Amino acid sequence: MIEGILLGLSAAFSPINILMVIGGCLIGTFIGMLPGLGPMSIIAIMIPIAITIGDPSAALILLAGVYYGAIFGGSTSSILINAPGVSATVATSFDGFPLASQGKAGKALTVAAIASFAGGTFGAILLMIFAPALVTVALLFHSAEYFALMVVGLSAIAAFAGSGQIAKALMMTLLGLIMATVGEGVLFNLPRFTMGIQDFQTGFGFITLAMAMFALPEAIFLVLDPKRSQKKGDSSGEIKGLRLTKREARLIAPVIGRQSIQGFLIGVLPGAGATISSFLGYAVERNIASKEEQKEFGKGSLKGLAAPECANNAAVTGSFVPLLTLGIPGSGTTAILLGALIALNVAPGPRLMIDNPSIFWAVIISMYLGNVVLLILNLPLIPYIAKVLSVPRNYLIPFILFFTLMGAYIGQNNATELIILTGMGVIATALRMAGYPLAPVLIGFILGSMLEDNFARSMQLYDGPAFIIERPMTLALLAIAVILIVLPSLRARRAEKASKDSSVD
Amino acid sequence: MKKSRNRSPWIFAISGAILSMAVSFSSTGQMVDSIHFLIPGGAGGGWDGTARGTGEALTKSGLVGKSSYENMSGGGGGKAIGFLIENADSNHGTMMVNSTPIVIRSLTGVFPHNFRDLALIAGTIGDYAAIVVAKDSPLNSMDDLISAYNSDPRGTAIGGGSVQGGMDHLVAAMVFEAAGVDSINVKYVAYDAGGKAMAALLSGEIAALSTGFSEAVALANAGEVKILGVTSDARVAAFEDAPTMKEQGIDTMFVNWRGFFGAPGLPEETTAMYQEVLAKMYETQEWEEVRARNGWVNVHNSGDDFRMFLENQERVIGDLMRKLGFL
Repeated sequence: MIEGILLGLSAAFSPINILMVIGGCLIGTFIGMLPGLGPMSIIAIMIPIAITIGDPSAALILLAGVYYGAIFGGSTSSILINAPGVSATVATSFDGFPLASQGKAGKALTVAAIASFAGGTFGAILLMIFAPALVTVALLFHSAEYFALMVVGLSAIAAFAGSGQIAKALMMTLLGLIMATVGEGVLFNLPRFTMGIQDFQTGFGFITLAMAMFALPEAIFLVLDPKRSQKKGDSSGEIKGLRLTKREARLIAPVIGRQSIQGFLIGVLPGAGATISSFLGYAVERNIASKEEQKEFGKGSLKGLAAPECANNAAVTGSFVPLLTLGIPGSGTTAILLGALIALNVAPGPRLMIDNPSIFWAVIISMYLGNVVLLILNLPLIPYIAKVLSVPRNYLIPFILFFTLMGAYIGQNNATELIILTGMGVIATALRMAGYPLAPVLIGFILGSMLEDNFARSMQLYDGPAFIIERPMTLALLAIAVILIVLPSLRARRAEKASKDSSVD
Repeated sequence: MKKSRNRSPWIFAISGAILSMAVSFSSTGQMVDSIHFLIPGGAGGGWDGTARGTGEALTKSGLVGKSSYENMSGGGGGKAIGFLIENADSNHGTMMVNSTPIVIRSLTGVFPHNFRDLALIAGTIGDYAAIVVAKDSPLNSMDDLISAYNSDPRGTAIGGGSVQGGMDHLVAAMVFEAAGVDSINVKYVAYDAGGKAMAALLSGEIAALSTGFSEAVALANAGEVKILGVTSDARVAAFEDAPTMKEQGIDTMFVNWRGFFGAPGLPEETTAMYQEVLAKMYETQEWEEVRARNGWVNVHNSGDDFRMFLENQERVIGDLMRKLGFL
């Protein structure tokens, strides 16, 4: 391994490869900041450029840089305008946007940058040491385990079920799960619940829904609440509040430690990836936090922001394990990366480390470099990016609307998305006025289709629900989900009872 | 919801402008001034790659002056077909990319239209299908797989990266049917992407995988799978080691084609011009580069050949889908 690292070091630090890292990270962060353009479309656009480079390591370093750069940059729009442009950064907005609304945008961006950096760097270390060994772990997961993993992910909604909102949160989750069934499912080739409308045949678009649930109601609320719109954001406070206090650093350090590992491991699974890992990270951190800290989740908790940001970047790194060692793409983005590799005459798989060790190691070493580049790139820019919010709200609203509409339109070039966006946005605004939490809708929607597919596959493979008992890992994961769901609500009930008892006394 | 409302007027204006430029010849080896590619799916997909790759080869080789691209997702491709039919007169400068699913999805009625409603230009590339198993699988030939299936039908699941009744399922059914197995009993497990189906194969969740040949070759070269059979007539030069289904006594042939369609009522001379420019494309170095980069196989069917090919595929697939209960 030492020679491998040395080989990687000498390859990664060649001028052209350093240029590729910097270029990839730059392009990735800036395009990732725009809602609607995820890593998949950016990489698809970059592929012809990467192929003209000719050298496979340089090309892969460039594309990998774009990939984690985009996830890094994707958090910016989640935090500032509540418009997650990538599904992996939805969980980031849960606590990132409340922080920004409290005038702590600078701090939120700093925490996101540091957590991303740590997740990516720890991920790269794990990738370097464990890549070959982890392949076997990834292959232990069958559809049954993925199903159980999605159930664990659903427990993230507990974060929005606090203070008597359990019923509301459950209803919203159900709404999300129902919306996930619209369109042609993976398992059956007939359209469901499309009402004969052609545009529903492929189901709801994730980005459209994310914009409709988060960004659009935000803009509408700003319009409806002129008092809040006139209030200027305190720009000086934002810049000063950039640094973390020692206490805050101590608060998020264990979160980062746990989520780097957990996020990475989930990223390694070909059927999971960055989005699932961000939800799981959020769910786990919320449910193991102390009671006072739990109350802050969803309202601007630094822990709640650090967890998904760290987990999604670690997962991106983790997703290179099945890609490089097995040639299996776990997501649309890694599938495109695989296509680029094959086009460059590199066959990823067990033989990659033997046949082309310089590519393998150069890419891993470049990931350390890339994360440093991203941090250096992002930290000094934060005050300027955060200043966006000090723009008077009546000028900011048109921009939010513009980015929301553009984000929904740009990925699919389908104008109907705009009608769906507006309709859903109005419904979401009404729901929000009635005090329904909207994040569970998106959680249910994103996890719903994977939940259903994996469940149906397992039912088919085992000719019934026997897989729950026959596969110990499934059972264990389901047990974890039950604990994560039941424990906090039990605790809440006991606390409620205690406070009621004391008031009676 | 009216479909015509979905397109803003300026798109028509642009299409009109493109149209007015498209149909004229120039002297410098260039055969067509410009072609507008209509892509029924989003950026980064197979259709997108085919259209952009073809456009790249055509423009770089100088056969076509300019190419432009429009991604029009919706209805799994149905929306773009509807658009091309409804706005036929203003789209004489447009070529739409499509592939085998247009046949399958028209049969199931997911698309209200079928290929007969469009001007057939040409099928340009294709990919055979293959059945593969993991490298350490005890199965070494199609015979092994069929007998494994016969001894344990419920435990021998075949996976694929398409829905039930989608292409990978139909290929698997076709192969089992030709081998004398009643394909309706074959357990086909659908995954939402080829990569995930592949992971399931390596993890032992499924016994064999029905997939595209180019994907299978990449994995076989990486030493991860054995190709039990390919659905071509003769062994494919890209991977000579892979035996055909036919040489193993399974008489079946399948190719997943990709090709181009024009708006209905496209003037005959324009259709002929597009066909000619695509035929010329195969001789260029630029096309060879694009083709090799993507691992495509040239499967050229132009005009009437294309119609016959599609009618035949529609019949074979239709029979099979009726048998499997999808129609």
